[in-house]
Amino acid sequence: MTVFCLIELDRPGNAEGQAAPTVADASLRALTLSRELTPPVPSAPPLPSAPQAAGVAAVVFADVAEVPLAELAAYGVTDVYVATSDSYAPLAWARALAELMAAATRSRDHDIHAVIAAGTDHGNEVLAHLGAITGLPMAAHCVSVSAGGGARGGLDLVRQRWAGLLLEEAVLDAPVALLTVATDAVSPAPAGEPAKVTVHAITPLLDDGDLLIRADEEPAGAGGASLATARVVVGGGRGVGSAEAFAPLEELAQLLGGVVGVSRVVTSEGWRPHTQQVGQTGTRITPDLYLACGISGAIQHIAGCSGARHIIAINTDPSAPMMSRADYALIGDLHAVIPALIAALRDRPAG
Amino acid sequence: MDILVCVKRVPTVGGAITLTAEGQAVDTRMSGFTISPHEECAVEEAVRLVSAHGGSVTVVTLGPASAEEQLRACLALGASKAVLLERAAEEEFGPIATAAALASVASAGAYDLVLLGNEASDTGDYQVGIRLAHRLGRPVATGIKELTVTGERLEARREYRGVAETFRLPLPAVITVREGINLPRYPSLPGRLRAKRAVIERVPVTCEPEGLRMRTLRVPAAIGHPATVLGHGVDAVPELVRVLGALGVLS
Repeated sequence: MTVFCLIELDRPGNAEGQAAPTVADASLRALTLSRELTPPVPSAPPLPSAPQAAGVAAVVFADVAEVPLAELAAYGVTDVYVATSDSYAPLAWARALAELMAAATRSRDHDIHAVIAAGTDHGNEVLAHLGAITGLPMAAHCVSVSAGGGARGGLDLVRQRWAGLLLEEAVLDAPVALLTVATDAVSPAPAGEPAKVTVHAITPLLDDGDLLIRADEEPAGAGGASLATARVVVGGGRGVGSAEAFAPLEELAQLLGGVVGVSRVVTSEGWRPHTQQVGQTGTRITPDLYLACGISGAIQHIAGCSGARHIIAINTDPSAPMMSRADYALIGDLHAVIPALIAALRDRPAG
Repeated sequence: MDILVCVKRVPTVGGAITLTAEGQAVDTRMSGFTISPHEECAVEEAVRLVSAHGGSVTVVTLGPASAEEQLRACLALGASKAVLLERAAEEEFGPIATAAALASVASAGAYDLVLLGNEASDTGDYQVGIRLAHRLGRPVATGIKELTVTGERLEARREYRGVAETFRLPLPAVITVREGINLPRYPSLPGRLRAKRAVIERVPVTCEPEGLRMRTLRVPAAIGHPATVLGHGVDAVPELVRVLGALGVLS
């Protein structure tokens, strides 16, 4: 049984302070989940004649020289399939995966079991194309998976709905399982011991139509990216009341070395741009501290801020749902509390 | 240009999600329904494109009879025609069956552009737009936050991990959009009146079971600790400063 896992790379300039490409965090999580499927499936006794090839095969669209082989080996990858790609081309990448699947099925010593990707924009998109090409079902944002359940080699899986606010327990019956892995549920864990890696350069057969869907790439401005990676986020909701009233929140964010994030109502009202929205339909944040001011805590907002290590809520309503999601709560009007907090922080003795 | 927009009726969730007793669906007795957020922006984008380039906006949804409510909301925003692919109330279509049903509507008209949301807020399958595009034999770009149409081509932009990605596609095409591409308007009074009177085309559909089948839904275990109350009003600010220090966010 073999699992193919699509790998995304963090490239210098794409991530900070790294000279050589590394495996993206979301792909490390996908590799960790992939290993769950690589031992022989207990419910399906192996045919005596079938070789027991087992392992995770990574698929990377990059130049061979830039593939971080040691990191892949540490995560239990035994084979790396490398195809060059000038830029992100989801349909062409899916074609390449479909070709690998077909070749593996023909050869039998690589009896293919699953194709797995990170639950990112790219991972979901490539696997959806693969699902459409092959007609196979695809399960997005899985948090766990195990053999069993279904009639013949079916998988039991748990996947996220509502951006992780609900979990779905499901059965996947398919000759090959197509899965993407939630980016915030499976913790990345290296294999017990590093695997020995074999590299295979591949050249997928593509036609012009496959390359029609191709991204022209250029570095983006900060914007949403800084919200996603900020250590401190000062959040403002309906309680802020107006576009102008965000000035003290901006000042506080600056004092704390953080950025401002907002709830959906704030962007719907046009008080703040959508790039600052924290939530299911905005950015998902993972700061050390989320200071939620005048935010009631609609479930769509919680989906975006539940990755914060600590939450402090400031709200006039002690029964607001945000207050029960927070570690600390201050009951009061943000319009009085924030200026007082700013003054107190400015008055603090240096050091 | 003639545009088809695919929308989905989803539960409105406020402060909490609760499930029905059997864990088969979200309990909506105390809440309502709405258009999945990305798709509301898809409708707005279509209305803007048509007001700039001329043409028509048709909306389609696959849902129970009550999804008429969401179609009328789209008509109030400026769509001119609505199709309801009507399924039984308790039947949940998977993404493959959904794409097939939508394709039957999309291929019946000569649409230059089909718009959808990047993913439905409830099921989060991330694939219906792509499966639909493959069925129609059209190019597709997903998660789009900026869309420009020039003659027979379009430019679709999004950001991914610090990289601005631009897709240049010929029409006809399929595009899935994200909230933030625009700020949807509030429906006008004449729009609402027109929507109320509009005739909705109804097409009954039945679903084939798929390889991925839900067994049950559950709410993940909560953090399970009540917040520590720091105090009331400005009097609690010194305590707040102390906690900020203890959390290590004061440099």
